[in-house]
Amino acid sequence: MSKNPQKMPNTSSVLEFKSSTFFSPILILHSNDLAAIEQSLQEKISLAPDFFKHSPLIIDVRTLNEFNQDFKVPEIVDMLRKIGLFPIGLRGGNDQQNKQAKKLSIPVDTGQEHENGAAARDKNSSQEEKPVVQGNDDSSAEHNSNNAGCQQESKATAAPDSAEKIEQSVVTTVPARSTLISQPVRSGQRIYAQGDLVVMSQVSAGAEIMAEGDIHVYNTLRGRALAGVQGNINARIFCLDLQAELVSIAGDYKTSEHITTPMQKKPMQVFLQDHALIIKEIA
Amino acid sequence: MARIIVVTSGKGGVGKTTTSAAIAMGLAKKGHKTAVIDFDVGLRNLDLIMGCERRVVYDFINVINGEASLNQALIRDKNCDQLYILPASQTRDKDALTREGVGKVLDELSADFKYIVCDSPAGIEKGANLALYFADDAFVVTNPEVSSVRDSDRILGILASKSRRAEQNEEPIREYLLLTRYDPNRVKSGEMLGLEDVQDILSLHLLGIIPESKSVLSASNAGIPVILDEKSEAGQAYEDVIARYLGEERPHRFIESKQGFFRKLFGG
Repeated sequence: MSKNPQKMPNTSSVLEFKSSTFFSPILILHSNDLAAIEQSLQEKISLAPDFFKHSPLIIDVRTLNEFNQDFKVPEIVDMLRKIGLFPIGLRGGNDQQNKQAKKLSIPVDTGQEHENGAAARDKNSSQEEKPVVQGNDDSSAEHNSNNAGCQQESKATAAPDSAEKIEQSVVTTVPARSTLISQPVRSGQRIYAQGDLVVMSQVSAGAEIMAEGDIHVYNTLRGRALAGVQGNINARIFCLDLQAELVSIAGDYKTSEHITTPMQKKPMQVFLQDHALIIKEIA
Repeated sequence: MARIIVVTSGKGGVGKTTTSAAIAMGLAKKGHKTAVIDFDVGLRNLDLIMGCERRVVYDFINVINGEASLNQALIRDKNCDQLYILPASQTRDKDALTREGVGKVLDELSADFKYIVCDSPAGIEKGANLALYFADDAFVVTNPEVSSVRDSDRILGILASKSRRAEQNEEPIREYLLLTRYDPNRVKSGEMLGLEDVQDILSLHLLGIIPESKSVLSASNAGIPVILDEKSEAGQAYEDVIARYLGEERPHRFIESKQGFFRKLFGG
């Protein structure tokens, strides 16, 4: 970055406003027990430290308020910042909580269901996009996977009509981007794909591959594989030989200790069925 | 332009310095002007293995800092006039190494030498990273045991992502496997990983298997690279490594255990 005052060519103004959509995890709190939340988060983070490091986060307190659980926004924010997360929004707070949040320069969202607002967004109606800090109200919060209270939701993928269709729309509206890796993924390497991830070579123990969509490994999978990391519960992992240290779909995971595959050197797939992680031979 | 070879492993004590000394000597004996650099600043060992520790005046860090010229610091090997050693500094640490400094020294050497062998320190910190950063070829030294294989895998990841060639999107570093301290008898009894187990994880181009051999230790103590001990299996194995690296096809040896006459007789 140059320090000299310069303007990009062909622009008449020093700045411009654009509307854009970002993905952000939403932290849905089910308890006001700060210590328990912190511990639970730490466990989550230890699974994917780089992914969570400095991750922006929207705090969803609707459940807490529904059950009249008392809490202080600054305490939650302090705790999150302490463990390296960046809270950037509060959803579903009451007047007093919203005030506390604003004092900390954290934008607030009322948490009401916007029938025709954010929920009406799809990739074709970008003029209705809202900045990420306001959170999104595609009500997919109801589809939480009950995983340590922390859930990543996908934004901008909400179906135009009812909340029931969200799971479907996640599949249909994510652009078909896929990342192809032909080199071996070695121990210590990390790969993150926004769409599907296809690895033609082996994935070593100690390596970590993550995709918002499916993961295909046309060789031995020895490292960690996390598919549907933004909450796509229809994501799957496929590999020719499953010796993984950890497999995860949309936050539900199994470690190698619990992966009992008598079928070594057989093509396998991992998917979610009724919130249960299924590991099965590809027939 | 010289070809820069890094001898690396991640793990310590697997035979990087022994290998660096042997392959540098092997290349030089074939008539290629070769320099071998000790990147293990603070834990200088290469000069001992090469038997030139009493001739060290200036070192790698002196050259980087401009306190000595390259010609002043390079030590000509007493066994082979095509081989030069650039020792590490024993009184400094790895922070004395800078990417610019190392790049400058390698550039200067490149003009004059055919091969530059970089003897990497263990670990994946600065010294090891700088030793591999400018490499064209990597000799990954691995012992047939799980932690060494895992560490080699890690180093391979770094070679593929943090080297100059990776950063500038050039043709990737050529990676070769050197399986050292291999003992076929212990493989057979299941105490040691076999070649296949290692290759299952690393799948690399195998340049050679160096059998566990007493001659390695005695050569180190004597300060003579083991490749000069033509009678020893390790010496012959390194000889094969050099031939294969230079493009010759040679069948791999020392994979199977030698069956002594009595063992054969009694099925031991």
